[in-house]
Amino acid sequence: MRGVVLTHGSLCFGLVDAVRKIAGEPGQILTPLSNDGRGPRELEELVRDLAEPGPTIIFADLGTGSCAVAARLASRGTGGARVLFGVNLAMLLDFVFHCQMPVDDLVERLIEKGRVSVGCHRQSALGERGNRTAPRG
Amino acid sequence: MGIVLLRVDERLIHGQVTVGWGAELGLGRYVVVDDELPGRSLERELFSLGVPDAAVAEFRTVAEAVDRLGAWESDTVRTALLTRDLDHMVRLAAGRVLQGRTVNLGGLHHAPGRSRVLSYLFLGDEDLECLRGLREEGVSVAAQDLPGSRRVRGREILRG
Repeated sequence: MRGVVLTHGSLCFGLVDAVRKIAGEPGQILTPLSNDGRGPRELEELVRDLAEPGPTIIFADLGTGSCAVAARLASRGTGGARVLFGVNLAMLLDFVFHCQMPVDDLVERLIEKGRVSVGCHRQSALGERGNRTAPRG
Repeated sequence: MGIVLLRVDERLIHGQVTVGWGAELGLGRYVVVDDELPGRSLERELFSLGVPDAAVAEFRTVAEAVDRLGAWESDTVRTALLTRDLDHMVRLAAGRVLQGRTVNLGGLHHAPGRSRVLSYLFLGDEDLECLRGLREEGVSVAAQDLPGSRRVRGREILRG
């Protein structure tokens, strides 16, 4: 199993760097790929090259962006490539630690992991107390 | 004026077009003019996914687009015409049907035989020939990837 992180600009490099900082060696199964300066045909060919041999999961950023479009077109010619979009750090970390799972099961797991990793920390009781006791003036 | 953007961009419908130019110009229709795409259902579907809910996408051959230019121009829906290369745009402009208009160069990327003009614009001999062809059809060109970016006029591009 391998993973390709395909994004606009330098987001892919930042995400893969963060995974490697947190997870260490397992993060090596991820390859960052940016669309910067690349036309759609070139991007599609690069994705196809990186995705073979599969199974491979291609993590794209925007589901409707040019990266995801290139990934989906590239995945037509590969046996085992899946395209996920809305990539985030939690999803990638889970991927590197569960890459032995069957690819379709893993895809479902990663979508869920990515989804539940988005939220908002509500004001905690500690935080409220902290605000009340903060120095004034 | 219905047609508010004529753009050459290999990526066709993507974020810079729908988010950047779409918001700036209030685009309600994205027309991809391409002689191959109307027959490719998967690619049409993928490009359509990028279109905002309030807008529509159409995929037309050059001949179909030429027939519809008048209708789009007189429509109240603000329309962008997009081609993936300069060749399609020159053929669309043939017969001076786009005379007086300016074509936006938004993204032609590195490929064999092309040289860098701007970070998002690489041109080869055939592209330069097309730019001259547009000029002969009375069409100006300007490179500008996003509304807030510097606008580079055709004269500067052709001067190299």
